[in-house]
Amino acid sequence: MNLAIKPAPVKKSISVVATPETAFRVFTAGFDRWWPRTHSIGEAPLKTAVIEPAVGGRWYGILENGAEAEWGEVLAWEPPRRLLLAWRIGADWTYDSSLLTEVEVTFTPEAGATRVELEHRLLENMGAAGEGARAQFDSDGGWSGLLAMFAARAAEAE
Amino acid sequence: MAYADAPFAALADPTRRRVLERLARGPRAVGEIAEGLPVSRPAVSQHLKVLKDAGLVSDRQDGARRIYAIDPRGLGAMRGWLDQFWDEAMQALAAEIERTAQAEKEQDR
Repeated sequence: MNLAIKPAPVKKSISVVATPETAFRVFTAGFDRWWPRTHSIGEAPLKTAVIEPAVGGRWYGILENGAEAEWGEVLAWEPPRRLLLAWRIGADWTYDSSLLTEVEVTFTPEAGATRVELEHRLLENMGAAGEGARAQFDSDGGWSGLLAMFAARAAEAE
Repeated sequence: MAYADAPFAALADPTRRRVLERLARGPRAVGEIAEGLPVSRPAVSQHLKVLKDAGLVSDRQDGARRIYAIDPRGLGAMRGWLDQFWDEAMQALAAEIERTAQAEKEQDR
């Protein structure tokens, strides 16, 4: 079975009244101050969220129970214009070091403001399509983590 | 309801989540899916229909039986989740950047 399903990247764009330097700093050093808590990955609620400031730096969360949850790492560190992160969370909602999806964030100055553009791409690598998914679906827990997330999201929407 | 919301709404029901969890272990016929669930077989069929309409489950005819499986296009559901997630995250980011920029401006005064 070879399913050539390639989901489009998720793209977001915002304009903020700030310099690219400030925007980049808040995204990275201030990561913990804005990262949504409602979508914590891991067994316990999220306490602190961290992006280490260098290529190869870890991108992870510290949970309330003291455990750490890996999300990925820094692939490109180019302050204040560009940041490239590896998001290694799969469709089964667990960390997989062999899975690569990319989150690229650019900070572009425009008249008195900064445009922050985010692209989450290579989603097809999450492997929910095709053979790669089989092993994930067959593993213990498999989809249940993701299902729990969906349920939480649905409950929020109500 | 917006199309992107369909998977979330479909999964709000605990029985449907259990149905999907069973399918996550491999394709099944209705009878096998219903086994051990505290609902009737027609009810399971109804749940399967909702899951199918939400794009989470696909079916095919196998002789006299209909076999249900997780729809590989369910990746669309994951993408839908990420789309909403990043929307929320970027709104929070924008608010925090502007709050920080404002605070720094006041400090400089």
